[in-house]
Amino acid sequence: MTHRTIRVGGLTRVEGEGGLLVRARGGRVAEVRLEIYEPPRFFEALLRGRSWTEAPDLTARVCGICPVAYQMSACQALESLCGVTVDGPLRDLRLLLYYGEWIESHALHIHLLHAPDFLGYPSGIAMAAGHRAEVERGLALKKAGNELVAAVGGRAVHPVNVRVGGFYRAPGRAELAPVAERLRHALDAALETVAWVSGFDFPDVEHDYRFLALRHPAEYAVLSGEVAVSDGPGLPVRRWPVEEWPGHVAEEQVPYSTALRARLDGRPGYLTGPLARYALNAGRLSPAAARAAAEAGLGPVCRNPYRTIVVRAVETVHACEEALRLLAAYTPPDPPALPVEPRAGVGHGASEAPRGTLYHRYRVDEAGLITEAAIVPPTAQNQARIEDDLRALVEPRLDLPAERLAALCEAAVRNHDPCISCSAHFLDLRVSHE
Amino acid sequence: MSEPPLQGPGAAGPVVVGLGSDLRGDDGAGPAAARLLRGLGVAALENDGDPAELIEAWTGAGTAVVIDAARSGEPPGTVRRYRHVPGSGGGPGPRSGSHALSLGDAVELGRALGRLPGELVVYTVEGERFGVGDGLSEPVRQAVGALARTIARDLRP
Repeated sequence: MTHRTIRVGGLTRVEGEGGLLVRARGGRVAEVRLEIYEPPRFFEALLRGRSWTEAPDLTARVCGICPVAYQMSACQALESLCGVTVDGPLRDLRLLLYYGEWIESHALHIHLLHAPDFLGYPSGIAMAAGHRAEVERGLALKKAGNELVAAVGGRAVHPVNVRVGGFYRAPGRAELAPVAERLRHALDAALETVAWVSGFDFPDVEHDYRFLALRHPAEYAVLSGEVAVSDGPGLPVRRWPVEEWPGHVAEEQVPYSTALRARLDGRPGYLTGPLARYALNAGRLSPAAARAAAEAGLGPVCRNPYRTIVVRAVETVHACEEALRLLAAYTPPDPPALPVEPRAGVGHGASEAPRGTLYHRYRVDEAGLITEAAIVPPTAQNQARIEDDLRALVEPRLDLPAERLAALCEAAVRNHDPCISCSAHFLDLRVSHE
Repeated sequence: MSEPPLQGPGAAGPVVVGLGSDLRGDDGAGPAAARLLRGLGVAALENDGDPAELIEAWTGAGTAVVIDAARSGEPPGTVRRYRHVPGSGGGPGPRSGSHALSLGDAVELGRALGRLPGELVVYTVEGERFGVGDGLSEPVRQAVGALARTIARDLRP
């Protein structure tokens, strides 16, 4: 057989709708296409003409899994434009909210979407019968995250308490006490999860990833930081302020996808997300997370995409431990928001969504209306790199039965937890042997 | 509709949940019914589609009542009642594809975890329009009002 085509007709356990086509010729992979056919959502266009204060709540609607990321990147872009820095207890409250989202999102992906790939189940639901305790643990972790987001953000999905400058209302200490109690159990559960997933059987694969993630001088960057890029093993880490994003990252259209794709410094195929964050920030993990990473054998850099499940588990420990630290020191910020006056100009903001760096840019006019918006989500940045991962996976395995190869491809995509709804702003696999 | 009272045998009181999003036209049938039920003295919850929260809500309940919108090709406003007792076979089929799990997924996950209510009653209200900001269509608004009164009456001790 010299020509072969493999098609996956609807990726499962990813957020959104897309497909995958692999075309092989003469035993070589000729083409890999991650086809995102979810309709484009035109968020950047609908923001034009809206008030600058509306961007955090409008963009939060891009995603039901990571709305806090959208709110935080939007707020920071607009605050930077207006010359305001949200710091101290208000920033701590934002971090607390963001940790809640990380716990929600990571717990769901680890336990219900990704673990079945390693344990041989078609779904998290099928896995639940044989791994009841682990799935219950995942749901309890997710609930802890939900409660934290609800307590700070007003509700668990699409929180409503965030505004440019801070919050509409700061929760009282007594309101957060039950959340802290649940988070103490969640921290234990997250540590058990690291031990569980680090025992999975991982394919022996490593890629020379170019990593992009935020880096903060004192924190494992979540809310803010400079953009840091590692171009490969042994090369120095480059850093630049978020304001220089447009000079480094360019988006382009490909005919088979409704999502834009990003190039970094002229080249496609870089990676953002847990592996990048860990490679660029591991030294800033909380104590329990650092110990868990060492015990899981992650090393200072992890280039095996299948082990992102371990990094996500370590990041969940970090989020629980840091949230508990912030809760112990919490005093409601008064007032709950800084005054921010609109100003004409361009503002840039970025934060670390659970899936990677999320960049926002807004141009605002003298009347405070948005005249231009740009949103670069993690999945748009990772699309080309996911195709590279698939090419490396498929080529030595072209003789496998189509169904088995399709399953392997889907699992390789899920390593990166793509959020197609964010980017189409994902999978139907077709492998074509011609 | 003349059904027996929705009360599980000797278990905790019924849990009532309206599923859906008010922002998506007739998908708001469930939450609208929940609000009407609260006005009729029934402690009804609203859920915008998080199955983990749904499982949490009905765990330990003798009876759970879920109200959801449907799109099956029936005339708008048509109400269907489905009754599920653990061990009686499959619930609604799971849907593939997304983080956003379905009611069927919640039933299957609840079953796998041994966390289904003693009895699960699902009411579906056939929707007409599901666009952003559409609000409830007239047939659905009327059906939801009648359904809330029926559920409140059936749940009355």
